[in-house]
Amino acid sequence: MRNGPGRVRPPLGRVLLVAVPFAWLAAFFLFPFLIVLKLSLSETALAQPPFLPIVEWVEEAGDLYLAIRLRVQNYLTLLSDGLYLAAFTSSLRIAATATLLALLVAFPVALGMARCRAEIRPFLLLAVMLPFWTSFLIRVYAWMGILKDDGLFNALLLGLGLIAEPLVLLDTETAVLIGIVYSYLPFMILPIFANLEKHDPSLLEAAVDLGCRPWKAFWRITVPLARPGIWAGCFLVFIPAVGEFVVPDLLGGADTLMIGRTLWLEFFTNRDWPLASAVAILMLLVLVVPIVLFQRQQALERLR
Amino acid sequence: MATARPIRDPRSRIEPWQDPEAAPFVRIQGVTKTFGDLYAVDNVSLDIFKGEFFALLGPSGCGKSTLLRMLAGFEKPTAGRILIDGVDMTDFPPWRRPVNMMFQSYALFPHLTVRRNIAFGLEQERLPRAEIAERVAEVVRLVRLEGLEDRKPEQLSGGQKQRVALARALVKRPKVLLLDEPLGALDKKLRDQTQLELVNIQDRLGLTFVIVTHDQEEAMTVGSRMAIMREGQIAQIGTPSEIYEYPASRFVAEFVGEVNLIEARLLRVEGTFMHLRAPALGCAIVTDRPVPALPGEPLWVAVRPEKMTIAKAPPRETGHNCVEGEVFDIEYLGDVSVYHVRLESGAMLRATEANRLRLIERPITWEDRVWLSWGPDASVVLKS
Repeated sequence: MRNGPGRVRPPLGRVLLVAVPFAWLAAFFLFPFLIVLKLSLSETALAQPPFLPIVEWVEEAGDLYLAIRLRVQNYLTLLSDGLYLAAFTSSLRIAATATLLALLVAFPVALGMARCRAEIRPFLLLAVMLPFWTSFLIRVYAWMGILKDDGLFNALLLGLGLIAEPLVLLDTETAVLIGIVYSYLPFMILPIFANLEKHDPSLLEAAVDLGCRPWKAFWRITVPLARPGIWAGCFLVFIPAVGEFVVPDLLGGADTLMIGRTLWLEFFTNRDWPLASAVAILMLLVLVVPIVLFQRQQALERLR
Repeated sequence: MATARPIRDPRSRIEPWQDPEAAPFVRIQGVTKTFGDLYAVDNVSLDIFKGEFFALLGPSGCGKSTLLRMLAGFEKPTAGRILIDGVDMTDFPPWRRPVNMMFQSYALFPHLTVRRNIAFGLEQERLPRAEIAERVAEVVRLVRLEGLEDRKPEQLSGGQKQRVALARALVKRPKVLLLDEPLGALDKKLRDQTQLELVNIQDRLGLTFVIVTHDQEEAMTVGSRMAIMREGQIAQIGTPSEIYEYPASRFVAEFVGEVNLIEARLLRVEGTFMHLRAPALGCAIVTDRPVPALPGEPLWVAVRPEKMTIAKAPPRETGHNCVEGEVFDIEYLGDVSVYHVRLESGAMLRATEANRLRLIERPITWEDRVWLSWGPDASVVLKS
């Protein structure tokens, strides 16, 4: 778009086209976000809804005041209480580990899909997306059946004679990692596949022709070129994984601290809506900052 | 028709294929490559000499690219051997072969700068940095890419990309440089210019080049010799002029340049002249290149359109190599015009004439009665 005095007003059609997603985001993201922000700055009350308004008309000595009370205590609590910080760091750690594991599993799958014969590619793509046809909740429940002490996995290992005692998997962090990697794997595979599929196969031939062994050519050509797909996949897995609630709740047991679960507990068990909102706002900030940084980095890289 | 290969100093002109003592540099021995039931390359044997610019020419799907890919090591021959400089390379992987390829798509690494692209091959050899820098600078000068070293491939024009691809392969100092349709993506002017540049570079460095192309003009311009391929087999090997003037088969005659093919039967052989009867012409054909043939055996006489003379008056000597007809169509190509002449039998012949006069001043026009004639040295008799 041109700047300065000669700037052309874009045609109405284009404005409308862009306005639709903006309106959508404003209505379903920005507006709820503002409500949550407002909630996070209010005070709990035994009432329905369970918080006090932050803007109020107050009459004092015959004068009418518009009183705005912003309660910062919710945030101070979050920052001072070790439990919340621990939940945040443990969420980030679990999400990061799960993202890395998902990447390790997804990359070979995506590479295989991109390199296989073109006719079978649609079937493989379908296979990757097939789990979405079943409810996420049911699939996580199914993992409970697989991972519990007398579950399928232990039965298999016992049957093969690999272990003598059943492994304790359910209600551990391992189970949470398995659950997250399983649930979000398609989000890692698809962007990487979409990227790898576009690679010109003659690039690898050129590398090999210039004296590079295939394994090295993979690292020097395929991986650097796949970087945008890898980043996209990692963000698609990492961001929802940080706030993941269902998986830690069902597979992680009482001891797994994750921020999504903390939020749930504050909201429904403690009925402390303002604190829960503060948790949500803080979580958003924690996630938005690295994304913005990443995008700045990407833009710089493109400029170079 | 651009048959002119850039003139070289005749003293440096090498024709090693004429020299019985010369040892071939690249030997392709009985090489076959099958994909399932398809014979992509079918028992091809070919010798290429050091310093040659060898062109593999053929229609798409003739196996020329597969042959080149086997030289590079991307495909393994189903049968046969490939020797380069006396070493059997058949089982060598691409990264151990002393050959480099310039790809049709250029295959430049999009995430690396021009400099890093060119240095890539040398980095694999673990050469000292200073030497890499020196050799890259040298080849950058050779292909005239100075000042573009820090650009990414996407910031280059088609011609510049092509030069980077060439530089990247040349910098490795390969024994054989393979070029797979290297100029296909360039426009005509740039392509012509680049062809001459390629020949110059090849000549200066004394390297052996093998080029694959479907463009016969390109093959004739750059090639010291060329092999015409058809359905996985070699139809003919020779210098561009040998192949153009003395095609070995109807396929070659038609594939390289334009040609009038006239079906004929042997009449008699008189000394070094062969007389043929051509029912479609209604006259006899005399040629100075007789082939052994039986009476009644189907033969074809090939006459290039530019070797036919077109005139409104009958030539002095009629009776053979001379037919009358009517101008059916004129293809105006600027420098030349192609006259499509319909004979009484309904057969069509083509004659090309340089347009020395402007269009309106030319004497021959549509529906004129004209005479086509050619000399006995203008034709070749083909048996297949």
